[in-house]
Amino acid sequence: MFEALSEKLKKTLKTLRGESKLTEAHINAAMTDIRIALLEADVNYGVVKQFVERVREKALGQEVWQALSPAQQVVKIVFDEMVELLGGGAASDLAFTSQTPNVILMVGLQGSGKTTSTGKLARFLAQQRKRHPLLVSVDVYRPAARDQLSVIGKAIGIPVYEDPTTDDPFKLARAAYREAQLRGFDTLLVDTAGRLHIDDELMVELAQLKAELHPVETLFVADAMIGQDAVRSATEFHERIGLTGVILSKMDGDARGGAALSIRSMTGQPIKFVGVGEKYDALEPFYPDRIAQRILGMGDVLSLIEKV
Amino acid sequence: RRTRQNLVGRLDTLVRGKKVISPEVLDELEEILIGADIGVRTTLELVEKIRTQVDRKLLNDTDELKRVLRQELLALLRAPVKSVSGRAVRSELDIPTDIRPYVMMVVGVNGVGKTTTIAKLAHLIKREGNDVIVCAADTFRAAAADQLTVWAERVGIPVIQQKPGTDPAAVVYDALQAAKSRDADVVIVDTAGRLHNKVNLMNELEKMSRIARREVPQAPHEVLLVLDAATGQNGLEQARQFAKTVPVTGLVLTKLDGTAKGGIVVAIARELGLPIRYVGTGEQLDDLAVFSPEAFVDSLFE
Ligand SMILES: Nc1nc2c(ncn2[C@@H]2O[C@H](COP(=O)(O)OP(=O)(O)OP(=O)(O)O)[C@@H](O)[C@H]2O)c(=O)[nH]1
Ligand SMILES: Nc1nc2c(ncn2[C@@H]2O[C@H](COP(=O)(O)OP(=O)(O)OP(=O)(O)O)[C@@H](O)[C@H]2O)c(=O)[nH]1
Ligand SMILES: [Mg+2]
Ligand SMILES: [Mg+2]
Repeated sequence: MFEALSEKLKKTLKTLRGESKLTEAHINAAMTDIRIALLEADVNYGVVKQFVERVREKALGQEVWQALSPAQQVVKIVFDEMVELLGGGAASDLAFTSQTPNVILMVGLQGSGKTTSTGKLARFLAQQRKRHPLLVSVDVYRPAARDQLSVIGKAIGIPVYEDPTTDDPFKLARAAYREAQLRGFDTLLVDTAGRLHIDDELMVELAQLKAELHPVETLFVADAMIGQDAVRSATEFHERIGLTGVILSKMDGDARGGAALSIRSMTGQPIKFVGVGEKYDALEPFYPDRIAQRILGMGDVLSLIEKV
Repeated sequence: RRTRQNLVGRLDTLVRGKKVISPEVLDELEEILIGADIGVRTTLELVEKIRTQVDRKLLNDTDELKRVLRQELLALLRAPVKSVSGRAVRSELDIPTDIRPYVMMVVGVNGVGKTTTIAKLAHLIKREGNDVIVCAADTFRAAAADQLTVWAERVGIPVIQQKPGTDPAAVVYDALQAAKSRDADVVIVDTAGRLHNKVNLMNELEKMSRIARREVPQAPHEVLLVLDAATGQNGLEQARQFAKTVPVTGLVLTKLDGTAKGGIVVAIARELGLPIRYVGTGEQLDDLAVFSPEAFVDSLFE
């Protein structure tokens, strides 16, 4: 399907052997390959431009190391730069406070995986962090959206606040909040309706929900298959709502997931988890190095470099 | 509201003050096409084609550039319409009367808008005086059948469903029996979202299609692959794998009411010869339109 970047670079840089430094000629030849690889992985056009410039600056004039070929060396520079942009080595956790309940607001475009991720996250918090979550859906628009969360709650054994007599998202949110306080749930996960970043009315609703609930985390759930528009939607959600993190869903597919780099560089917000399946245990911490390998379509070369 | 600008408008800004086609114009053209998710390969080929024509002085000014680019894209999108084979129809309103029930399957990866599209399609087909039945063959996702049931009630059509966890092929079987006994015109099968790289789920889909064919000659008459307009390069692989598994006859491009352009369908039309049949433009029953290559191409440059 895609030719691994490392393979391309090997070919491109073969003709340029025998130099002691990475020359302008090396770099320019390599940059074309890198650029195409990133675009094929759905990294945003503008983000690619910036990225390639940073790599060019880093690479230019570097000594060619004895242990690596110029191709491997360029791959290493690209990889290191990408890992850094993606947040460095460690996966970030959620920020909890002593307030009861801590609210986690789940937001995003239609169909991105919010409801499923709400269930997965609640299960994770209950099992791995010893939290006591309550769930509520304030999606009063999508047919059977609230039923969906109820079914999920039953499946994972976590209570869901429900009130079928109202179609008011604010009433639902407030009542769930009170219920959590009253019954001692330390975490309230709020699943919101999917919405477009240009839907003014629904974006205002979300901003108001956030203002009322004071969430400790506002997580943007993004589909790993998303293309160039990722930047626009994530940026607008961030500007209007204020995000604190990202969940990248559907990473069990074969998309390269370049949106991870785009969203991270444009919003500055960390990717905290990845969704890797439809089941409720299919949630993993985010590891920048793994995603970087995937975006670049390598792994083999990387293990080679690591041995050096 | 966003400002609407068509191809000509955007290209005008792009080449403002420039009568000749400079390298910067071609760069910006590339940015527009890649930004619309047309795909790197298709974009580079299109831009290269234009570059060659500029070099050979076959293309001299920006007016010609606009015209040629529009034609190139339209040709890519229109070609598949001619190549639709089998008994798929150009419009759901032309369903031949000798086919009954006319069986449609709607497939795609998770969350793209299959169920909502089915509601819209059923609404459209019913309004033309057909008896439509929907089949809730997503027995996996939480409350998937409830979602379809709410839609079916709004449209005013019956839904055939089973307990969660039932083999989806068995629900297809039930729905076809029901359709035959009620002499229904059209059955639309809602399938669970599945990622195209999951072999067991793709096999399950193939089985549903096989059962349909066993129960109704030549069924499924139509298999619509739903793609989310925000999808990037992965859309092409989705289309390849679904088309390999079931006889996909066309595409539906959803969520075009957002800012994503859905350009990956150009690459799909080109490589797989699949026509784009409908576009989804919202979450209500009427938010479905017949695909127009002209409107689509113009919107790429908005
Ligand atoms: N394969 C896979 N599917 C997922 C993942 N996360 C969610 N899904 C599926 O994606 C589809 C949409 O998920 P939902 O949780 O309903 O998405 P949503 O964002 O709540 O959708 P709306 O409320 O309609 O905006 C469902 O079919 C889920 O099963 C994931 O990590 N992997
Ligand atoms: N804005 C917009 N939203 C849409 C459109 N079509 C569907 N949606 C929304 O996208 C979300 C997912 O739609 P569904 O119809 O449930 O998608 P699906 O493919 O059946 O999902 P799964 O069965 O979980 O794989 C819902 O929130 C829909 O309201 C559209 O054309 N525009
Ligand atoms: Mg939801
Ligand atoms: Mg569905």
